[in-house]
Amino acid sequence: MTTGTLIVGIGNPDRGDDGVGRLVARRLKAMVAPEVRVVEHDGEAASLLACLEGVRTAFLIDACVSGGAPGAVRRLNLDEDGGALPDLQFGLSTHGFGLAEAIALGQALGNLPPRTVVFAIEAGGFETGAALTPAVADAIETVAGMVADEVMQDA
Amino acid sequence: MVGKTKTIKVDYLARVEGEGAFKVVVRDGVVESAELAIFEPPRFFEAFMRGRDFSEAPDITARICGICPVAYQMSSVHAMEDALGVTVDGPLRDLRRLIYCGEWIESHTLHVYMLHAPDFLGYAGAIDMARDHAEVVRKGLALKKAGNDIVNLVGGREIHPINVKVGGFYRTPTRRELEPLAETLKTARDLALETVKLVAGFDFPDRERDYVNVSLSHPGEYPFNEGRIVSNGGLDIAVADYDKHFREIHVERSTALQAEMLGVGSYLVGPISRYNLNFDRLSPLAQEAAREAGLGPVCNNPFRSIIVRSVEILYACDEALRIIADYRQPDRPAVEIRPRAGIGYAATEAPRGLLYHRYRLEEDGSIAEAQIVPPTSQNQPSIEEDLRSYVGGWLDLDDEALQHRCEQTVRNYDPCISCSTHFLKLERIDETSR
Repeated sequence: MTTGTLIVGIGNPDRGDDGVGRLVARRLKAMVAPEVRVVEHDGEAASLLACLEGVRTAFLIDACVSGGAPGAVRRLNLDEDGGALPDLQFGLSTHGFGLAEAIALGQALGNLPPRTVVFAIEAGGFETGAALTPAVADAIETVAGMVADEVMQDA
Repeated sequence: MVGKTKTIKVDYLARVEGEGAFKVVVRDGVVESAELAIFEPPRFFEAFMRGRDFSEAPDITARICGICPVAYQMSSVHAMEDALGVTVDGPLRDLRRLIYCGEWIESHTLHVYMLHAPDFLGYAGAIDMARDHAEVVRKGLALKKAGNDIVNLVGGREIHPINVKVGGFYRTPTRRELEPLAETLKTARDLALETVKLVAGFDFPDRERDYVNVSLSHPGEYPFNEGRIVSNGGLDIAVADYDKHFREIHVERSTALQAEMLGVGSYLVGPISRYNLNFDRLSPLAQEAAREAGLGPVCNNPFRSIIVRSVEILYACDEALRIIADYRQPDRPAVEIRPRAGIGYAATEAPRGLLYHRYRLEEDGSIAEAQIVPPTSQNQPSIEEDLRSYVGGWLDLDDEALQHRCEQTVRNYDPCISCSTHFLKLERIDETSR
């Protein structure tokens, strides 16, 4: 079954800024049309790939570490950007096999959605049980707005 | 005399669950030492269980691992039921085996295809392998997904299931809900059979040791949830006697406790031990596939663990189908529980081997004491012994190949380092008291 558009917020809500992707997803549930599927995911690559099966457009939101300022947002369109992810490390993926690996594996297998857009939010810290870094918390609304706009245009 | 020393050191082991390292020192062609270091911070699960209600144990301990949460839930519910004098049988017991099948399929398939197969096919990892063997990896992912589907349906979600409770489940599936799962599992069983054939064709280093195999053993079934603890050396004890025969020890290099069998030393838990001690209780299909893959009823070559794991995936698909075919939804999703004081013991077979839990409960059902011994803790000394005894025969390899062979030796165990570092070791030195 083709489900059209899928939004996936990725991360571990108990590890500080790692949970920001999921918080964006929760915000988006109230912003997009009810038929758009919005899911939260822990980021484990194999199960994430399975979740993308049959999807036409995927928006993936995750925390990342690239040396930038906490809260900085990067939008990566996998088609436009030549398909390769820049060298940035995504949040605490399950045992080192997370979003970047899911995308690389999906590309190697040729089964990523035809359109895949990644929103990477620069994290400040991954301390167990910590609150979000204020700048990262501020990015939730920004990213949710960016994704909601794109979902509308995509429809 | 100054000897020639070679040190093989890997500071950050890839393709294992969690963070670990190892160091092997060779002097004049003789292995001087082999140490596995685990440096994930300890996680204190046993300590923060104290004071919590017995009913919270399955959901708290499930958090120890994202790969094998069902194992933690199963060992904790059985230990609690032992303490509270409750027996769970019939369809509820079968559902527990079913969810365990799901976890074995998920966890073993992840290791076979994503973490271990690249060692044999000569790739740095699954992504490189997928570029050349897309069809193989696609099949692996489909097989793994069948396991996820079981855990999702019986457990309520794929990771850290929320439907397991002491006494049974919060909700049991209907027969109708299980029907589509049976269709998925029939395909998965074919994929598992293909997996056994695929991995049987790999090249295996010719290395064997006389391992002390330890696993559960049950007269009527290949072990998941219940049985006595047995070994190939004649051990045959009730789970409650575990602490009389095994003990945990702290070594400086590791944040995970190691374990030893008293009077014996290192021992092996996991797929190879289960297989060696329970071969005749595998389903006929799994036994036949094992034979065709060139495995006898006993396997002592740890590199062949990938075949044994694949045979266990096949068995889990077969067993899940059997359970679904015989399933009748029970009248109640759980048996009634009344708190009381007591001590409870349980061991179940996590994908990586025996997982022992012990709890002491207060009268109101709160936890006074908890002890958890995960399989990777028990296997650490055996991993080190493999390195010590095998590396000497590989010294003609160049450095890169030798290092890779050592890593592969560790990966044979599918070590789950995150699980093994849950323990508590707090020492307080009061400097003002004198």
